[in-house]
Amino acid sequence: MYLSSLALKDFRSYEELALNLDPGVTVFIGSNGFGKTNIIEAIGYLTTLSSHRVSTDAPLVRIGTESAYLKGVVENLGRSTTIELEINPSRANRGRINQNAQRSTREIIGHIRSVLFAPEDLALVKGDPNERRKFLDILLVLRNPRYASTLSDYERVLKQRNALLKSAAGMRRVDVSALSTLEVWDQQLVAIGSELILARMQLVSALMEPVARNYKHLAEGHEISLVYQSTIWQNPQNSKQVELAEVAAGFRIALDGVRKREFERGITLAGPHRDDLLLSLRTHPLKGYASQGESWSYALALKLASYDLLRSDGVEPILILDDVFSELDTTRRDRLSDLISKNEQILITAAVPEDLPAELDGRRVAISRDGDSSSAGGVL
Amino acid sequence: MYEGVVQDLIDELGRLPGVGPKSAQRIAFYLLQADPADVRRLVEVLTTVKEKVRFCATCGNVSEEELCRICRDPRRDTTMICVVEESKDVIAIEKTREFRGTYHVLGGAISPIEGIGPDNLRIRELMTRLANVEIKELILATDPNLEGEATATYLARLVKGMGFTVSRLASGLPVGGDLEYADEVTLGRAFEGRRSLEY
Repeated sequence: MYLSSLALKDFRSYEELALNLDPGVTVFIGSNGFGKTNIIEAIGYLTTLSSHRVSTDAPLVRIGTESAYLKGVVENLGRSTTIELEINPSRANRGRINQNAQRSTREIIGHIRSVLFAPEDLALVKGDPNERRKFLDILLVLRNPRYASTLSDYERVLKQRNALLKSAAGMRRVDVSALSTLEVWDQQLVAIGSELILARMQLVSALMEPVARNYKHLAEGHEISLVYQSTIWQNPQNSKQVELAEVAAGFRIALDGVRKREFERGITLAGPHRDDLLLSLRTHPLKGYASQGESWSYALALKLASYDLLRSDGVEPILILDDVFSELDTTRRDRLSDLISKNEQILITAAVPEDLPAELDGRRVAISRDGDSSSAGGVL
Repeated sequence: MYEGVVQDLIDELGRLPGVGPKSAQRIAFYLLQADPADVRRLVEVLTTVKEKVRFCATCGNVSEEELCRICRDPRRDTTMICVVEESKDVIAIEKTREFRGTYHVLGGAISPIEGIGPDNLRIRELMTRLANVEIKELILATDPNLEGEATATYLARLVKGMGFTVSRLASGLPVGGDLEYADEVTLGRAFEGRRSLEY
């Protein structure tokens, strides 16, 4: 699949931007702070309905305006699809597919498939567990948009349950009536949460082979392993042998075990919102043991693996590389470009052309001044 | 900002549900220009509504008397109670003309975020009703969202073993719709709730 055009209005620094894109390699060149990443962020937003840089929508809208507008036209197997999205920080966002208004913006997910490599990816390896959960969840939703509602339902139940625990924690004597409804929320938490845990476990086992393969390409060998570590079990379980009913039973037991502490702290202490993806290299956990180079190779291998999975689902995703080459040494640079150079569409940003490997020679687009639409889009 | 009483009016209107600052301003200026008789009529209705309308002693529906129209009706089947969140849900179900039993309005759904627990809903009144009247079926018609689902589950557990049928409204495909346009969750629910056809 490839993006044939992208239009932005009041998005980040852009008052207006219209770009026509071609298959193959396109490189956006411009100094830092000129808005290259804003273009990448817009494509990412059309893919996942979230930004890789910020967790709220407000910073995405140009200062002094009320809403931002994104439009992307994507070509896949000779068919073109137009995706439009209006970002309104103060009310619900609105989405259209081929001019048809959608009941929920979630319907958009899956129409544009892209994989983004960004300097922030290093956090997958070095950051907190929530970075890795987010990585899994985004991939889960891209592969099966149904999980978007599972995720938002889980978040809602979690909020309700935490509110209940907090109100109980604030009381000297635990309120019997409040407690009687805890069981009801437990039931929903377990039902929705177990589905999420099982889906993530299956995803992790599907990632295993492509992560190992890509890591080998980037860094010459070394045994790696990925384990989904859930807070509901003491020991990690093999996803191939686990069924939904077992996950639910384990979740129940885990909740019983933490109940007392939950009342003391007023938050839910077991469940997919506290799980982690354990990454290890030569049987050592990555965090604290791996070098900077190994960490980068691992982060890239995770992203390349998610790209492989999406491609094996039948659609070749758009590859986006936001200023990553400057972070890598020459060997890793060359190997990465070797792995991706045959993709249908690759969009790259770089501050200077020297950051790019020689074989990634494509169309160059100069981004010259922040928010100046007339100069953005000019072809060198 | 407008002067004194005009701004007061806009602020008061803006506190109503579904009315934002722009709509409040529009309504305020409409009222300023409207015929005094029209405005007086509106004021009267607002006053009477607060004075006259109360909640039915049995089911909690809005009513002008001790008991609402439905609870007063001797033809209604009192062995069937349909539990809903709001009075407007009663109207919605009445429009179907499918149901000949009585209602019980909870006044909301369990939602700890908003500080609403079972004690804040008319659940104790429901339990009294269930204990005093012969009941054949309790229909849980709370909204099909997380909070409504939680409320229904809570009630179902509460009345377990009381010797009557407890049912939940089906959720699934809209009548007259196309299968392909249904979202995954709805279609999934419809699949779960499928029934056998017998001829």
